[in-house]
Amino acid sequence: MRYSAFGLIKEALSGHKGWRPQWRDAAPQAAYDYVIIGGGGHGLATAYYLAKEFGGARIAVLEKGWIGGGNVGRNTTIIRSNYLLDGNEPFYEFSLKLWENLEQDLNYNAMVSQRGILNLIHSDAQRDAARRRGNAMILNGSDAELLDADGVRAMYPFLNFDDARFPIKGGLLHRRGGTVRHDAVAWGYARGADLRGVDIIQNCEVTGLRIESGKVLGVETSRGYIGAGKVGVSVAGNSSRLMALADMRLPIESHVLQAFVSEGLKPFIPGVITYGAGHFYCSQSDKGGLVFGGDIDMYNSYAQRGNLPVVEDVVESGISLIPALGRARLLRSWGGIMDMSMDGSPFIDKTHIEGLYFNGGWCYGGFKATPAAGYCFAHLLKTDRPHETATAYRLDRFMSGHMIDEKGQGAQPNLH
Amino acid sequence: MIINHPLLGPRDAQEFTYLGDAGLMNRPYWLSETALQQFHDYLYLRKNPAGEHRELWFHEQGDRSWLVVTRNTTTHEILRVELARDVALANKAANTSQEPQQ
Ligand SMILES: Cc1cc2nc3c(=O)[nH]c(=O)nc-3n(C[C@H](O)[C@H](O)[C@H](O)COP(=O)(O)OP(=O)(O)OC[C@H]3O[C@@H](n4cnc5c(N)ncnc54)[C@H](O)[C@@H]3O)c2cc1C
Repeated sequence: MRYSAFGLIKEALSGHKGWRPQWRDAAPQAAYDYVIIGGGGHGLATAYYLAKEFGGARIAVLEKGWIGGGNVGRNTTIIRSNYLLDGNEPFYEFSLKLWENLEQDLNYNAMVSQRGILNLIHSDAQRDAARRRGNAMILNGSDAELLDADGVRAMYPFLNFDDARFPIKGGLLHRRGGTVRHDAVAWGYARGADLRGVDIIQNCEVTGLRIESGKVLGVETSRGYIGAGKVGVSVAGNSSRLMALADMRLPIESHVLQAFVSEGLKPFIPGVITYGAGHFYCSQSDKGGLVFGGDIDMYNSYAQRGNLPVVEDVVESGISLIPALGRARLLRSWGGIMDMSMDGSPFIDKTHIEGLYFNGGWCYGGFKATPAAGYCFAHLLKTDRPHETATAYRLDRFMSGHMIDEKGQGAQPNLH
Repeated sequence: MIINHPLLGPRDAQEFTYLGDAGLMNRPYWLSETALQQFHDYLYLRKNPAGEHRELWFHEQGDRSWLVVTRNTTTHEILRVELARDVALANKAANTSQEPQQ
């Protein structure tokens, strides 16, 4: 079924009885040419582009729970192309371009909203860094504008400009950044993949990889054995557990990141504000809730829930930036498990096992990457060569010395 | 989370900073034939288990001792707390025959 304004009016007038499920609840077949493990944004996008752009044959996405129940449904929905390093920025710019055309491509309303992202600046050193980053962004075809304090004041007069510790001196504005309705991304890709014949198999946990003489033959699942020509792993926070099934250890630690949403308020934050110095960022959803977050909980976790000290910390820094926040009630908070890598950058690579491919290490920034990660992973699965924007995302880069460390933190995943 | 410090008793985890897998205490031997590979694995690769995890915590706001905490990463339950010093000495006693000291 194609969605259109006409169809919507027709359904509205006929009691909404004509809507159909957006994808089939497929049962596993004996074998596929491509098996994608993980029905998050990345896994579904991979299947979609594999089917659409690369003429993939029989494709299945295996999801242990329900699609969209992982990080794709837990994140704070920010998309942006504002990286500094050459290994990263062309990839994220490619991703933002795919976002810009996503809804037309999928015929699905994902509420892509380029409302602008403002990174606040509090010192001369931060201004220098922002200027350099902005230039790198522009060189890679993205957009950036350096604002002074008055420029920020004109956009967000209610911020705490004269804080003693972190007075606001300006900001780096990335107008094409913004937010996207995260669930709709999972659903839109699922529908698009399903329409092209992909089997989306839910409640199907991969429990083993069948590997013989260095080649993967298929996967053991809670719904039986499924043969596979090629297996693509895209399980975000569970990457280490999954790849341990192939006796691999990864340059990844799993950490929990919490997010928060307030009660619905009248619109007053039109874009996204990030406050790096205070470890806080905030936007306002179309329903009016303030959506915000801060630091990760700092220790390894698979618990999908965080602890209270970080809640306090995030709220404190939030109120120090937006004093009005103190009047709002917190509605919900939740956590998601992220695959924090050793340099803060991701992997889209083959493994040493023939037919086994890995996409992961996305830390807390993989939502914005969803379209390009899917596209590039599909490219790799199909052609065995990396896509031109993803050549740096190799698993062996720590051995060869080609780390992509945006922050220069070193091999300490919780600091990236 | 409350960490039961072997010397100071129960302390709030907020007094500590976290480093990571306790395997970081076992530096490879730098003159080994395979030192490059060993240091790569030591520095960058992690087991990152879901379940019991032995990890290093530093009592920064307290007595500044390093602890080895055994914690369940799926429930946050803390199962055992040892002084890293004791663990290191026990490791050393077990390994002395294997690798020459610097
Ligand atoms: C609180 C929070 C805020 C965030 N904010 C942002 C943001 O603002 N912008 C941004 O760009 N990024 C953000 N991120 C990061 C982003 O959400 C992730 O990097 C991204 O969603 C990961 O890719 P995914 O969608 O494929 O993951 P997921 O949706 O987690 O998909 C992985 C799937 O694999 C499945 N799986 C795991 N193990 C198995 C198995 N054995 N068998 C079968 N299936 C399995 C899981 O059930 C899951 O559905 C945030 C993350 C969190 C937690």
